[in-house]
Parts: sequence; structure tokens; C-alpha cells
Amino acid sequence: MNSDHVGLLTVRVWRGREEGRFETYRVPARANQTVLDVVTEVQRSQEPALAYRFACRVGVCGSCAMTVNDRPRWTCRTHVARVREEGILTIEPLRNMPRIKDLACDLTPFFEKWQKAGGRHVATASRRDPLQKIDPRSKPRLAASAAIECINCAVCYSACDVVSWNAGYLGPAALNRAWTLVNDARHGARHETLDRAFADGGCASCHSQGNCTRHCPVELSPSESIAGLKRSALFGAPKLREPA
Amino acid sequence: MHPLRGHRSYLAFLGHRLSGLALAVFLPCHFLALGLALEGAEALDRFLIFAELPLVKAAEWGLVVLLALHLFFGLRVLALEFTPWPSRTDPRLAWIVPGGAAALVVGLVFLVQVV
Ligand code: SF4
Ligand code: SF4
Ligand code: FES
Repeated sequence: MNSDHVGLLTVRVWRGREEGRFETYRVPARANQTVLDVVTEVQRSQEPALAYRFACRVGVCGSCAMTVNDRPRWTCRTHVARVREEGILTIEPLRNMPRIKDLACDLTPFFEKWQKAGGRHVATASRRDPLQKIDPRSKPRLAASAAIECINCAVCYSACDVVSWNAGYLGPAALNRAWTLVNDARHGARHETLDRAFADGGCASCHSQGNCTRHCPVELSPSESIAGLKRSALFGAPKLREPA
Repeated sequence: MHPLRGHRSYLAFLGHRLSGLALAVFLPCHFLALGLALEGAEALDRFLIFAELPLVKAAEWGLVVLLALHLFFGLRVLALEFTPWPSRTDPRLAWIVPGGAAALVVGLVFLVQVV
């Protein structure tokens, strides 16, 4: 972090809770700098009390998401060069969740909705049972695999306007999770999960705006998962076939 | 427009929703007009003279376009909810611009036929 910088970057950072203000900092602009690098540099060199979250710094843990120039992003994998506007970065906590301090918000409602959507896996076998055979090319398994790699970053939840209009809406991540379970032969409560995902505030509230799919950093498509849930709610859960 | 909202599927959502709301407002008037026909020729005639006013004609044109827009965007919603997507991140985006254009064509036909 020494003399490799090329000019200065202006960063506006949210300070406070729901009530608060933007503070402006200037940090050295560096090659290959991520938004998380910038926040860390502000915290280490100018504002030791600045609160924010991160853990892995490589796009695995999903804890570093923030709103950057009005759009939710995983900050550890977002290069400043790609998102700054006229040399300025504006960084706020994610939308649609209570703000705790500065850039950190309370994810409790987000995770509570995972439970509400029936997102808890119910085992059908114990470790003493033989391994269940799943055909990796079967349609339900392909659907589950396409949606499974969620890192729980809440970027989609923050991007969704329906969540901001309707506090009871389960949101894209929880419904995406429910869709993986509805397609999972090893889940013991597929129909219950489908019922919960279709209950009030569930998949039927989605307006297919597609903000979730546009913003998911790991390129999942919660919007497509939700369409799958809607279809299954009408025509029944996907049929599972045991491999021969 | 807010950077979260300036993309095709969001605009399609807005078009579908707002045209739907406008139609919900218009339909009672439409049924009122039909109802007048039952009440007798005079009431209906008065209404029809009102309907010939240029501003009312323009509003009618708008409603036809809205109806067509609602229809075409609604077909896209049905397609994306009931049929598999071309790719995981493509909720039939390619239907949006032609859908809007088709609604304008319907509007054009209405103009030529009626005005
Ligand atoms: S597609 Fe549905 S869940 Fe995704 S952002 Fe839009 S309304 Fe929200
Ligand atoms: S679906 Fe994507 S955006 Fe949403 S929580 Fe999972 S990884 Fe994050
Ligand atoms: S810090 Fe783990 S995903 Fe960004």
C-alpha cells in the first residue's frame, strides 16, 4: 500500500444508522483496487471507527456486500475501475435491511425468511444408511445444481423492489433456496417447502422484474427459480425418478 | 432513472403494471357507455357526441395502445412463467422490444381506421 498509486479517489461513505450522513474521504487510487480495498484503506488510515463486514476477501463467504453507486455488489470482487462514476465512489449499506452502524446492516430478517420459505433441509436417511443414488443428469438435479451455489450475500434481496414495497415478501434468495430443495430427492419435506414458498408473501408476489438475476454476483438466476416454483405450485412438484 | 430500474425486464414490468392500472380505471367508463345504450338512444347519443371530442379521441387512442401493450407484455409473462427459459438469465428479454413495437403498430392501425 505504498507508492503505487495514481492520483486520488473521492469516496463518500455512509456513517451512522438509519439517520446518518455521507462523509467524504480521499484515498490513493491504485491499480486493481477493489471497493473493499478502498473501505479498508479508509478504515485503516482515516476512520478507525468505521464499521463494515468482510471475511474471505475472495468471493466465497458473502459477507462484504454493500451498495456501491446505488447498486448492490460484493465489494471484494468489484473493481473500482468498473464502478466509479467521474472518479467518485458512493458506498452505503445494503438496502431493505435495518442499518446497524455505518456499512453493516442487520441480516436477521433476511435469514428468518430462509426459514419461513422452508429452506431447512430435512434428512431422509442417516449416516448408517447406504448413500442415496441421484442421477446427476436428471432434470430436477440439474435444476437444483443450477441454483445451489448461493453465498447468502443478500445482494439480490437488496436489489429487489418488491422486497422494499412489501416487507413480508420472502425475497429472491430464500425462494431460490426453496427451489433447490423442491428439486432435491434427499429432502424429506419437498411438498411442505413448496407450500411455504407459495404461501402469502411467497413466489406469487414476484413481479419478474429480474433485478435479482441481474445483480447476483455468482450468476445464479433466482428469478428463474421463482418461475419454477410458480409452475410447480400449479402443476405439482417436479417428478423425481430413482436411477435404475 | 435509478440505476436499479433502467433495464428491459424492469421497464416491461412497469409497462405491464401501469397499463393494467390505466385499464382498470378505463373499464368502468367503458361499461358505463355500454350501460347507457340499454337506457335509451338519447343518453347514448349524448355520450357518443362526447366521445367524438378530439381530446377524448386521443385518450381512446392511448387506451388502445395500453390494451395492446398489456396484452403483449402479458403474453411474455405467461411465457416466462409457464415455459422453460432460453437461458437461465434470459426471461424472454427478446420479446420486450417487439412487444412494445407491436403495441405501437396496433395504435397506428387504430389511427388510420378511426381518425
Ligand atoms: S424477479 Fe422477483 S425476486 Fe427477483 S428482483 Fe424481481 S421481483 Fe424480486
Ligand atoms: S442468490 Fe446470488 S445474490 Fe442472492 S444471496 Fe445468493 S449469491 Fe447472493
Ligand atoms: S469478503 Fe467474502 S465474499 Fe467478499
